Amino acid sequence: MTDTPDTNATPHSKHGASLLELTPRTKRRNAAERRFRMYGMAAIASGLIMLVILVVNIFGAGMGAFQQTFMTLDVELLEAKLDKKGNRDIADIKKVSTFGYAPLLANAFETLVAKDGIETDLSPKKMGKLLSKGAAAQMRNYVIKNPDEIGKTVTFKFLTNSRVDGYMKGRVTRDSIANDKSISVTQLDLVDQLVAAGAIKKRVNLDFILGSDASDQRPEAAGMGVSMVGSLFMMLVVLALALPIGVAASIYLEEFAPKNWITDVIEVNISNLAAVPSIVFGILGLSVFINYMHLPMSAPLVGGLVLTLMTLPTIIISTRASLKSVPPSIRDAALGVGASKMQAVFHHVLPLAAPGILTGTIIGLAQALGETAPLLLIGMVGFIASNPPDSIAAGLMSPNSAMPAQIYEWAKRADPAFYERAWGGIIILLVFLITMNTVAVILRRRFERRW
Amino acid sequence: MGMITTSTYTKETDMSFVKLTSSALAIAAVSATAAAARDQVQVAGSSTVLPYASIVAEAFGENFDFPTPVVESGGSSAGLKRFCEGVGENTIDIANASRKIKDNEIAACADNGVTDIIEVRIGYDGIVFASDIKGNSFEFTPTDWFLALSDKVLVDGKLVENTFKTWDQVNPHFPAQDIQAFVPGTKHGTREVFEDKVILAGCEATGAFEHLLVAAEGDSDKAKKKAAEKACISLRTDGRSVDIDGDYTETLARIESNKDGIGVFGLAFYENNTDKLQVATMSGVVPSTESIATGEYPVSRPLYFYVKKAHIGVIPGLKDYAEFFVADEIAGPDGPLSEYGLVADPDLADTQAAVADEKVMGGSM
Repeated sequence: MTDTPDTNATPHSKHGASLLELTPRTKRRNAAERRFRMYGMAAIASGLIMLVILVVNIFGAGMGAFQQTFMTLDVELLEAKLDKKGNRDIADIKKVSTFGYAPLLANAFETLVAKDGIETDLSPKKMGKLLSKGAAAQMRNYVIKNPDEIGKTVTFKFLTNSRVDGYMKGRVTRDSIANDKSISVTQLDLVDQLVAAGAIKKRVNLDFILGSDASDQRPEAAGMGVSMVGSLFMMLVVLALALPIGVAASIYLEEFAPKNWITDVIEVNISNLAAVPSIVFGILGLSVFINYMHLPMSAPLVGGLVLTLMTLPTIIISTRASLKSVPPSIRDAALGVGASKMQAVFHHVLPLAAPGILTGTIIGLAQALGETAPLLLIGMVGFIASNPPDSIAAGLMSPNSAMPAQIYEWAKRADPAFYERAWGGIIILLVFLITMNTVAVILRRRFERRW
Repeated sequence: MGMITTSTYTKETDMSFVKLTSSALAIAAVSATAAAARDQVQVAGSSTVLPYASIVAEAFGENFDFPTPVVESGGSSAGLKRFCEGVGENTIDIANASRKIKDNEIAACADNGVTDIIEVRIGYDGIVFASDIKGNSFEFTPTDWFLALSDKVLVDGKLVENTFKTWDQVNPHFPAQDIQAFVPGTKHGTREVFEDKVILAGCEATGAFEHLLVAAEGDSDKAKKKAAEKACISLRTDGRSVDIDGDYTETLARIESNKDGIGVFGLAFYENNTDKLQVATMSGVVPSTESIATGEYPVSRPLYFYVKKAHIGVIPGLKDYAEFFVADEIAGPDGPLSEYGLVADPDLADTQAAVADEKVMGGSM
């Protein structure tokens, strides 16, 4: 910027005119430069505007997912429904399916309405529909864990269903539900009364960050947690494989390999591989890892292997670049005092190149973290609401999704409530990517040496 | 001194190499044992069946001690292809389909050793025509759709290129709105139903079918009929009819950006988006789970899933999942599937019995 010469100075004036007087030619050149600066500023400004629009859009649409509407409800766990024999035998209690718990909710609503003096024409069963479909499962899990509580009245904090939640967030209005079969205006009236009574409240929803995916009928219960774990295990596989292989390959190519046409071909092909569309790696993964090696479908291990293939070229290229940037004098000095070539590389060149290698690796990982296309083909996109894996082996082997795959899946679903969750998922993914890139920048700033 | 330090350094570098390779080996070792037992049911197939299957999978995971099954989408054909890849733990157990399995698919299955297939019909799915909520409302008949979208229409007893631009040219009762339709792409099972129950029906009703039959080439009557049917369902390619290869969310987005657009949706999708879409009647009937169940609403199709019998008893919970899927409390008229938009099958009891007996296709037990 500061190097730009003073535009008013015209040192070689052909026509012998005054240096202080601007000739038409100088004016044209100055004008051209001014125009170019304007183009540049316009380009940057439009880029910034796009970014602002994008960020505003994402946060506007996605922040809602971090809050959810909950309802507190006292439920009497009727012995007659849950444990007919009355012997608290866990096997018998387990036989009562979630469908057997729905009447309890209706009863609880009836009691609540009577107690708070709320007037409504709704049947108790219709009132129960205000809650998430997951409420019955929530009660069942509680009862199986605490069979002694049967017969008592327990206060539960249930999620409300997505329509009620949408109403609380302003997405669903009385006008918009005119043709909606899942909710009626009378139900919304009841919601208003329950809000006034303090039973229904919007709260921070940690389950969105920690929970697992939910089926199409309960968008309110869907969360990113399990797919986040899936992504984490994939990244571990990528790190454990791509970093050593990539670094070893680039050290050999850069420091030891003879310079001949074979290494030239290899070099060109590594650059080519970096440009191969990621879906190609997905197809390769399907045919090699699943069909030939018989690894399980939908497993983060396979996802990690596929992403390793994708990340390797990025790591090799950045590692070679940072090895190259270490001046030859370092190697010469090491060799000069009697170090072997390997010692020179591992004791002197590699430590100096490490910040660059790490930066490249982190950027490669960030790229892999946001990748969806190859996962489509190895079965990691779909309804995979498994519980969080309980061991490292299970984490690698049991079916799981990944963050971008989960977002893609939500964006496809019919209920508009999933739309909000897709955007919320994007916020979480962006937080991860920005953090990783920031770490890369900090590493580079702190440790990179310039010669 | 110098020599000694050098040698220890070398050892250290060797060590770090050993560490690197051993971590890589550890992963390879884990992957080698990976092929061992799979303990969850693996399902893939139709994206129309996916929401129902995921509702069932979720409830199954909650009520049974088995892990929640994994349900992937990708389309009926893709699902059946994976289903027919063979028997074994690295192949899927169940294929969801929004159409019946085809003979060539059964043959492909048999070639790969998948011989005993249990067919399970879970209910019916309605296909609806919907447009922007603020736009004009429509009362369609199959004839209207044929005239609007076919590439050739009958004018004064002659088949000519379709040049209709607005809906009022198709049917004087309609408003003068540009014809713009978003129909499912050919990889979707929904497309076949749209072609069979709407376009072909309209083709026959307008008399274009007769004309095409006369003009059709073929060795036999059957071949001629097939050629005529194929000619009937070929849609215009001037941009008035747009194939949507993605999901219904894409069709919805297209309608939101082009208010004149009319799209083809599943009933369940429409019912979740009644604030943005209005539904058109077909032959005077409003689509709903009731009118589809009685057969009044003409555009519907059965949904299926196919179970690999060889996997029953090998994959834990497979049979339980299949039985749970068609249980009254799930797939019955008051169950969660019906609430979501599935039209319950009146013959559900037969299906339940067939699943319990593991009755395979082709009659043999």
